[in-house]
Amino acid sequence: MGAVRMLVAGEQGLVVEFGNAIDPAVNARVHRLARALATRGLEGVIESIPTYRSLLVLFDPLVLPRERLVPEVEALLSIPVVEEASGAGGNTVELPVLYGGEFGPDLAFIARHNGLSTEEVIAIHSSSSYLVYMLGFTPGFPYLGGMSSRLAAPRLLSPRGKVPSGSVGIAGSQTGVYPLESPGGWRLIGRTPLRLFDLEAGRPFLLAPGDVVRFRPVDEEEYWAYLQVEEIRAFERRGR
Amino acid sequence: MIAVLASGFLTTVQDEGRRGYRAFGMPWAGAMDRYALAVANLLAGNPPGAAVLEMTLSGGSLRFEEAAYAALCGADMGAALEGAPAGNWVAFPIASGATLSFGTAARGCRAYLAVLGGIDAPVVLGSRSTYTRAGVGGFGGRALAGGDTLRIGPAPAVGRFSPRRSLPAALVPPCGGDVRLRVLAGPQEDMFASDGIATFFSSAYTVTDRNDRMGYRLEGPAIRHNGEADIITDALAPGAVQVPGDGMPIVMMADCQTSGGYAKIGTVIGPDLRLLAQSRRGDSVHFLHCPEEEAITALREERAAYAAIKERFPDVGGGG
Repeated sequence: MGAVRMLVAGEQGLVVEFGNAIDPAVNARVHRLARALATRGLEGVIESIPTYRSLLVLFDPLVLPRERLVPEVEALLSIPVVEEASGAGGNTVELPVLYGGEFGPDLAFIARHNGLSTEEVIAIHSSSSYLVYMLGFTPGFPYLGGMSSRLAAPRLLSPRGKVPSGSVGIAGSQTGVYPLESPGGWRLIGRTPLRLFDLEAGRPFLLAPGDVVRFRPVDEEEYWAYLQVEEIRAFERRGR
Repeated sequence: MIAVLASGFLTTVQDEGRRGYRAFGMPWAGAMDRYALAVANLLAGNPPGAAVLEMTLSGGSLRFEEAAYAALCGADMGAALEGAPAGNWVAFPIASGATLSFGTAARGCRAYLAVLGGIDAPVVLGSRSTYTRAGVGGFGGRALAGGDTLRIGPAPAVGRFSPRRSLPAALVPPCGGDVRLRVLAGPQEDMFASDGIATFFSSAYTVTDRNDRMGYRLEGPAIRHNGEADIITDALAPGAVQVPGDGMPIVMMADCQTSGGYAKIGTVIGPDLRLLAQSRRGDSVHFLHCPEEEAITALREERAAYAAIKERFPDVGGGG
């Protein structure tokens, strides 16, 4: 694997760059360093942000000067890797999805565009494991890797003004889930009743960088059952 | 309690921002002008990062339903307490029932109102800051509107005889107008042609109307890339200067998204970012190449100023 580059992102930022490709092996090194740095607990490190192929470390240079931070990072990088059983080291999170209908208005387009039936699109989409390379864009938005190229499709020519939260979409060779209602140009194939970003939950972010996502097709009955459970939980939290 | 009679153009509750969640896509938010935030709080007798009101371009009108001790810093919006000029970079007592009203900033962009005890908004993910795009924090996750009421946090009792305090003129920074921003090159300066880097550091750029808490889009001579303008999406933080394919720089600010896909030519140093936060459409911006040691010195001077102000203005005690 290539040499690690240490780049300057202002006097309070260090970018540790592992390569220039979207590649699970490169990304695994990013997450490994993020975890090692968190465990090391250096005073002066404010937070670190894993992305596809680099880690941005934000630090207070008056507490921890760059001349001390860089050798600390190099020391963490030189620790031999003990491969975790699960590979990336993250959790596997299953997202129930109601595909098609009003929740997935572009499912038929994805099928037509790729010469598949809608059932085949659902089967292919729900049979892969997707790596959460990073989160960004909006709070809780996962950049997922691992979608079959058989489902690839261009974005909408004109983005929708409002995409409901929980919408599952495809853009190019990527798939993703909208955690918040927002404008968006992805082709929507379904919706999950689970909340990816919920401040009232004990854990505000359902997914973490390095997790693995699997989509499971559910019918309408099961979708509404999930939604009811989420609402009851929210009601109980408000009542406390 | 503070009753919002009129909100001004865009008024939000802000503090030092929300640290620790950028990895989940959650921006820091927090005050755009960190110096004005800290000084307003210190003058009011608070810790430097307490929650304040950040007013943008114009400030509306507030009625205090209880006696308070307040400080004003940042852009001068011609504040008046019961019709009498309140001044700027000052702290003063406010009697119960009094109205503090603001006009429009003649120059500069953002004014800060701190009250002893802080603005009492719920702490969300470690901060009281408002991030309006996700409806998080502050007052219901949104900008204030007429009819809202704000609570003041617990504070020592203040009386009408609490002293008026003014920041010494030497510590009052420039606010608004044309700015010079010191920049550390990188992290992707190697994606720019050498004449592109020269253009960036030698040209005047103008603040466009596309400027907000997320970022400032500037206009001026196009900055030429070596090849592609796009990178594999990586992390962003306030101060980063992104240059998309059109060659026009965008400086990321307090609410900036945590990731982005354009090459970053440089990063505005922390202590200078407040200068841009006080600029507005039509103001001109120059970028100055800065060695890292100079940035560290500027940061150290900023912290020393806070310490000096804190020493000069001890906490406001029992007052009346």
